[in-house]
Amino acid sequence: MIPDLGKYAIEVLSAYVVSIALLVAIVALFMRRAKKMRVQLAQVETRVKAIKEPMDGE
Amino acid sequence: MSIWEYANPKKFIATTTPVVPWVLWLSVALLAIGLIWGFFFTPDDFRQGSTVKIIYLHVPAALMAINAWFMMLVASLIWLVRRHHVSALAARAAAPVGVVMTLIALFTGAVWGQPMWGTWWAWDPRLTSFLILFLFYLGYIALWQAIEDPDTAADLTSVLCIVGSVFAMLSRYAVNFWNQGLHQGTSVPVVTGGRSVADVFFVPLVVCMVAFGTLFIALVLMGTATEIRARRIKALETRMRG
Repeated sequence: MIPDLGKYAIEVLSAYVVSIALLVAIVALFMRRAKKMRVQLAQVETRVKAIKEPMDGE
Repeated sequence: MSIWEYANPKKFIATTTPVVPWVLWLSVALLAIGLIWGFFFTPDDFRQGSTVKIIYLHVPAALMAINAWFMMLVASLIWLVRRHHVSALAARAAAPVGVVMTLIALFTGAVWGQPMWGTWWAWDPRLTSFLILFLFYLGYIALWQAIEDPDTAADLTSVLCIVGSVFAMLSRYAVNFWNQGLHQGTSVPVVTGGRSVADVFFVPLVVCMVAFGTLFIALVLMGTATEIRARRIKALETRMRG
């Protein structure tokens, strides 16, 4: 399956493994933070609405 | 319709949110095609052997490491001149992606350099300017984290970005300025059109370059929307406390 990389197998494979791991890590970090901020903003906006509503009724 | 309408945070989020998953999946698909093609279906180079396969990671990552900084420079200048928060936050969102691209370029360059040049590292103009660019990225991110007031942070990081652009420029053109060092010239010079890469390696390389580019766009759009939300959370919490 893996092509014959000859005497440079370690160099080539390590370049691929490390690079792909870094790319996956940055995508995962961005997605996790995006989700966290979306949820957090929704919670804060609900709290703001809850504070505002009784004030509007007065 | 003007491009400045997208400087409105709400409009920016409304426009980019449905687009981001498509761009992200496109980049993943292109990356898979380019890397599988390059790794499994291209021959070894007659001089470099199988290490030529590192080109599909090294060149696109180096390209995007420099382009990311230039994108940050443009966004920083827009912030300084027009005071659009979205542009400052886009620059902030691009920095971690730029760090990863620079790190990939440095790592793959070292593991490629060892068998070809006989050394992991040399204080060559291009390598050194790339290392300094990496340090500028770290400094840029640290400066954003260190300053409480977002507008002051945006001002200072913009100035840092302008200064760092010298090294981004050097990273790209150092081999032309100084005719010394181990690193070769640009493999795919866009301006002159001439290239030193054979067709069999060039096509998957272009696919990988487009993949890295689209991945960068997807992450910056996603990251900018996240930074806009983080800023809104901070503003609302401050208002509630007040």
